[in-house]
Amino acid sequence: MKHTDPPRFISHFLHLFLPLHRAEELEGDLDELFQQRVNEVGLREARWRYMRDVVSLLRPSLMRRGKACLASTTTNNISPKPTHTTMLRNYLKIAFRNLAKNQVYSFINIFGLASGMAVAMLIGLWLYDELSFNRQFKKHDRLAMLWQFVKFDVEKVAYDIMAIPLAQELRSHYPDFESVALSKSRDVIVAAGDRKLLKTGNYVEPEFIDMLSLNVLSGTRFGNNDVNSILLSKSLAQALFDTRNPLNKLIKLDNKQTVKVAGVYEDFPANSTFDDVMFLVPWKFYAANDENAKRDRDEWDSNSYQIFVQLKPGADFRQVSTKIKDIRMKRDNPPGYKPEFYLHPMSRWHLYSDFKDGINTGGLITFVWLFGSIGVIVLLLACINFMNLSTARSEKRAKEVGIRKAIGSLRTQLIAQFFSESLLMALLAFAVSILFVQFTLPFFNQVAEKKMTILWADPLFWLAGLGFSLLTGLIAGSYPALYLSSFQPVKVLKGIMRTSRSATIPRRVLVGFQFTVSVTLIIGTIIVFRQIEHAKDRPVGYSRSGLIEIGMNAPELYGHYTALRDDLLNTGAVADMSESSNPITVQAGGTTDISWKGKKPGSKPLVMTNYITHDYGKTVGWQIKEGRDFSRAYSTDTASVILNEAAVKLMGFKNPIGEIVRRGSPNRQFKVIGVVKDMIKEDPFRPVSPSFFAVEYGNVNTINIRLAPQLSTNESLAKVEQVFKRYSPDSPFDYKFADEQYDRKFGAEQRVGRLAGGFTILAILISCLGLFGLASFMAEQRTKEIGIRKVLGASVFNVWQLLSKEFVILVVIAFCLATPLAYYLLSDWLQSYQYRTELSWWVFALSGFGVLTVTLLTVSFQSIKAALMNPVRSLRSE
Amino acid sequence: MKGTYLGEFEEVVLLAVAIRAGDAYGAAVVNEIELQMERTVNLGAVHSALNRLQEKGLVSSEMGGMTAERGGRRKRLYTVTAYGRRVLEEVRQLRNQMWDAIPRTAWS
Repeated sequence: MKHTDPPRFISHFLHLFLPLHRAEELEGDLDELFQQRVNEVGLREARWRYMRDVVSLLRPSLMRRGKACLASTTTNNISPKPTHTTMLRNYLKIAFRNLAKNQVYSFINIFGLASGMAVAMLIGLWLYDELSFNRQFKKHDRLAMLWQFVKFDVEKVAYDIMAIPLAQELRSHYPDFESVALSKSRDVIVAAGDRKLLKTGNYVEPEFIDMLSLNVLSGTRFGNNDVNSILLSKSLAQALFDTRNPLNKLIKLDNKQTVKVAGVYEDFPANSTFDDVMFLVPWKFYAANDENAKRDRDEWDSNSYQIFVQLKPGADFRQVSTKIKDIRMKRDNPPGYKPEFYLHPMSRWHLYSDFKDGINTGGLITFVWLFGSIGVIVLLLACINFMNLSTARSEKRAKEVGIRKAIGSLRTQLIAQFFSESLLMALLAFAVSILFVQFTLPFFNQVAEKKMTILWADPLFWLAGLGFSLLTGLIAGSYPALYLSSFQPVKVLKGIMRTSRSATIPRRVLVGFQFTVSVTLIIGTIIVFRQIEHAKDRPVGYSRSGLIEIGMNAPELYGHYTALRDDLLNTGAVADMSESSNPITVQAGGTTDISWKGKKPGSKPLVMTNYITHDYGKTVGWQIKEGRDFSRAYSTDTASVILNEAAVKLMGFKNPIGEIVRRGSPNRQFKVIGVVKDMIKEDPFRPVSPSFFAVEYGNVNTINIRLAPQLSTNESLAKVEQVFKRYSPDSPFDYKFADEQYDRKFGAEQRVGRLAGGFTILAILISCLGLFGLASFMAEQRTKEIGIRKVLGASVFNVWQLLSKEFVILVVIAFCLATPLAYYLLSDWLQSYQYRTELSWWVFALSGFGVLTVTLLTVSFQSIKAALMNPVRSLRSE
Repeated sequence: MKGTYLGEFEEVVLLAVAIRAGDAYGAAVVNEIELQMERTVNLGAVHSALNRLQEKGLVSSEMGGMTAERGGRRKRLYTVTAYGRRVLEEVRQLRNQMWDAIPRTAWS
């Protein structure tokens, strides 16, 4: 008869909440009705109504063990539940009454702890995200990327780009590698029909697909013999073809070659190095079509390609690194920059990406530590508050303890009561904190540039959260549970009980600790922002406003510089236009193949290369310090260079104008015709590298446009777009603003600053909440004292002073502790920047003063309230 | 004692118990009400009404024997007490009295 069962799980609730005999009876009724309804109205409806019935049964009137019910249950003696549940329920009731009675304290206590927990949870999620970076790849522990350290000058510099023949060398001579794959990442215009998108993708050898265990959703991957095929990520396939089947469709790359879609793969995970790789094309295709790749096929010293390797099981990254280190130097014609190869394991790509002089020095891992410790500290602050307030409150309940003991409560029962109470608070706070996290996560994701979600399904998350709540509850509850329960009822009820002075010492220490942390955080935040401002205020050397850069991806854009320039200028929307070998905010590459009079033999400094057109200087607005700009009036300018100040300093020219610089493989001579002020194209926290600028129309890839200030940006852009569409109708008009690109250079610092600022505000808020609670508690405890003082003639100011003094002393002590701590930590941090702000004394003074003000404001609210009270009222009782 | 005021739903439940004399338990009362009134009722509502009726002394209850159809679970059988019967009659009488008091002209 029973193919159909009611949703049994829900009726378990009945057993949970109802007396046994009740549950049995009700479950019988439910079953009977269910079976009957399955026949009458169908299974779905029956289940639905079953659930509705269960919910309707969970009402207080049925949960109460009806006296009448029990009384009439004479025919059978089902044992009622053991009586101590009644007592537990009483504890719960008292706990809730206490919460409701002292709403301010309850709010401060739960809210404070919840915000601390929420911060810790957010940071925990962030850490989880960072630490799980790249871990989704099945073989992540065996994958590595090749880096090389090259020595141009004094220090070794690290690059992740290699020469093409190295891949074959590794494959054929080194058995430690299971597979080796070349890869080149590029921004390409991908066109299917009339849809054209600029997307990043990789040209890879087929081994790459196996290394990353690519999940091909439909179609097939490409193999060794495929050339003109492409694998699309699912999102790109959708963007190009909507819901149509993309397989075997034709796609045009960069408006030149056509490839066929071989398959669609699942997008790489968001927290992985390859998250922006939207398509994969066979390396063979690249090698056959790209001019540079053709030229570099056997070039050992042309480094532009990435090499990924997978080691055999059991092989060690370090050992293999030493084996391959000198591959290049052992070959003929070792280059002067002495490359050393190195395997960078995938597990370290993200968090340990910085190299200094050939040593892996860390990177993001610093922030993992930094935020990890901030999270722990904020949580600690919140816990301290919670404990402080709980213990302070509990003294008020000494009388309750006395009465409970007098009626016969055992000590263990009192311990259980106080523990269950603080556990209840901690769990409530945990629930509230989850709500907080849920609401703030979108915002946090935006600031941290992440895509995180609460790990609802992760048992570890719940275990950690609940475990922590239990711990906090137990620690906070230990004082009242263990200390108060030891009171002698007679003394307490008579009122002889006095809490000793020493009981407040731990509380003061805790408050002092809170303030130390707050002051340190404030100083830290100010310094981080000052450092950012300091770098931002640096003279940039060019003008960024209205400057846009356009990558020359389409072949149609090349070869008619003058016509394009004239057309753009004729629109009236463009003040000037030029082309260059890299955008103004990027420094593409440099050369060591450069010499001058007086260069030290043997030294190989790197000088940055910039190829430009005649109008470059005017477009970007550089500042000529000496000499002149390039000019079409001088036909000799194709054999001239302009240096920046750093280059002049490197070359040691007294009178740079007219000096000769030799460079290039036929060793051509270039005459220095001008010197420009240093332009910040790279890291704004570092000194500007020595660079030169030379006119070369054939060696450019970026169009720089200065928009005319008269027109609005939108109008100008529309006009510029029209011109571009005329020259290259098939490419998307894709431009970047130089000022936005420049601001991105501060991304990491700004993110740290914003997060640190946010956490500081929270830390102060939490501390203030605790302080407020504590101050009001103290004021309340001393109501009578204040009354007597006032009767004897104390003024409001005297009382205010009396109550605030203690906290001010605490703040001063905390400040004394925090200053050296902050100084030590921050000077350490600033050491990592070559261009850094100073640790001025006023920052410290300001922080101290700020905290003092906030403290006084918080405390004063309570102390003035206490001081203004009419002594008659406080002394009347008793 | 909560007084003898009888709510509308309580009255219906009490009547249902009376109809199912001897076999009035939760599910049966639900069935009876659904049959008579052609509307669905919640089991919870019925049980809490039965509870209240019992507290007021209008019904009494007793655990019944085990039956196979309820998977060996026993049911609580309710019977209308003498007091309950009197209250029902009073209610009915009150109704009739009021019906009789309606003047004929009120309907026209």
